Amino acid sequence: MIIQDLMTVGSQREIAKNIFEMKLTGKLVGEITSPGQFVHIRVSDSFEPLLRRPISVAEINPEKNEMTIIYRAEGRGTSFLSEKRKGDTVNVLGPLGNGFPVEETTAGQTAVLIGGGIGVPPLYELSKQLTTKGVKCIHILGFESDQVVFYEEEFAALGETYIATVDGSNGTQGFVTNVMSELSHDFETFYSCGPMPMLDAVQKAYVHKKGFLSFEQRMGCGIGACFACVCHTNENATDQAYVKVCSDGPVFPAGVVQI
Amino acid sequence: MNRLAVTLPGLELKNPIMPASGCFGFGKEYGNLYDLSQLGAIMIKATTEEMRYGNPTPRVAETASGMLNAIGLQNPGLQGVLTNELPWLEKFDVPIIANVAGSETADYVEVAKQISKASNVHALELNISCPNVKCGGILFGTDPEIAKELTAAVKAVSSVPVYVKLSPNVTDIKAMALAVEAGGADGITMINTLVGMRLDEKTGKPVIANKTGGLSGPAIKPVAIRMVYEVSQVVNIPIIGMGGVTCVQDVVDFMSAGASAVAVGTANFVDPFICPTIIEQLPAKLDELGIDHISELVGRSHRV
Repeated sequence: MIIQDLMTVGSQREIAKNIFEMKLTGKLVGEITSPGQFVHIRVSDSFEPLLRRPISVAEINPEKNEMTIIYRAEGRGTSFLSEKRKGDTVNVLGPLGNGFPVEETTAGQTAVLIGGGIGVPPLYELSKQLTTKGVKCIHILGFESDQVVFYEEEFAALGETYIATVDGSNGTQGFVTNVMSELSHDFETFYSCGPMPMLDAVQKAYVHKKGFLSFEQRMGCGIGACFACVCHTNENATDQAYVKVCSDGPVFPAGVVQI
Repeated sequence: MNRLAVTLPGLELKNPIMPASGCFGFGKEYGNLYDLSQLGAIMIKATTEEMRYGNPTPRVAETASGMLNAIGLQNPGLQGVLTNELPWLEKFDVPIIANVAGSETADYVEVAKQISKASNVHALELNISCPNVKCGGILFGTDPEIAKELTAAVKAVSSVPVYVKLSPNVTDIKAMALAVEAGGADGITMINTLVGMRLDEKTGKPVIANKTGGLSGPAIKPVAIRMVYEVSQVVNIPIIGMGGVTCVQDVVDFMSAGASAVAVGTANFVDPFICPTIIEQLPAKLDELGIDHISELVGRSHRV
């Protein structure tokens, strides 16, 4: 169920350049049903900045009612958020949307998790849940440069992890697709989150595989009421078929959303 | 005595608070969060004769204390609304105000005729002020004579009272209000959004795909208050005021300016519980102001 919760900041730290990891405690955590769901955060108590910020959930600890979010402080809203300190409260609406289907990969199978930049965080909880049930996870994570790489060791602890950076300062030089083309393993499913061109490339490369993509789109309400975040779907592309990223997604089976 | 109850043409409101059209979908999303029967009324998203996909994305952009939107009247069309959306709302004890949009008189008339027969639709809100569609909408909302004719045409076929939603994007809002009153409008709702634009910091190009969008949120409240203040002094039909309402004080301000009821728009996106929160806080506000019934506030800004 979607609730509005005044969550308490447990910690906040900059884990890479302008990339912040924040731990939040509150009963909202108990409502999260799948990795890849997101929360909608009011970064100030006033109406300036006005809108909430949608941020994906990177890790949950239901026993402690704690969740971790990882975000890039780049605009006004996220910069405000990065100023929150331990003990501060944050107004959080969530959990929102439908996450990655963990059940689509069974124990003993292999899943490839491909993330780009600030699309990487939700893959962490996904990998934790997949590996816990006995799925072998291979992580391919793309970043601009080594300065903004995060959670490399955390992912490595769960499975094979390959990094790609545009400038070659960490791992393979280039994009996640450069790593993908070298990958010798076979796998059953893929899960991906990142910028639209990356999702497009991943989808095209693995067209015969079962996969799930998490989309990002400018949002208003986050609950499906405002129609800001609609995307055309591929079935009936000439017609008016659409999905809302916030409430129908943000995760869709590969091929559903027109990229 | 219900201190919050307000009676308007076609509408017995248990309180004067309602979500504004376009900010509440057809109610389902909010119906999952709270009991919609708490609301005074619901202004549902605009309905056009045919289904509309709307504009390309990005469709929204945040601005200082506000936001721009150019959704483009996306909606399932008249038959979709009649078949799927309105019946779902029947389980709530709340009057529906159906927002009617079109691109020519014939569309407005057809939608108005049919949707006004739905059992839970107690009033129509004629949308002559959407800034985000290429034809229709805003054209009807900026020429007094055309607005008057459209109002009369819709009035002639509607089974319920007709409210006309005015655009602030005009030189003389009073002339528009008088024109729709002369056309037979039972009430006025105001204001719709102000046409605006935001440029991308890096590229210098408009952020919104439609280039321009409608500005809403707290930033526009002073404009809305001024217009309600002006219009309420020249017309004899009631006004449902809106534009940047986020709290109980804003409701008091709109009613003081001359509105008989108040709609909450953009604030629903920020705090989905904003309408029931405001409703709950109203009685204490009346106590604080030392008044018995909320209608005593109406027009006190210009009352002699």
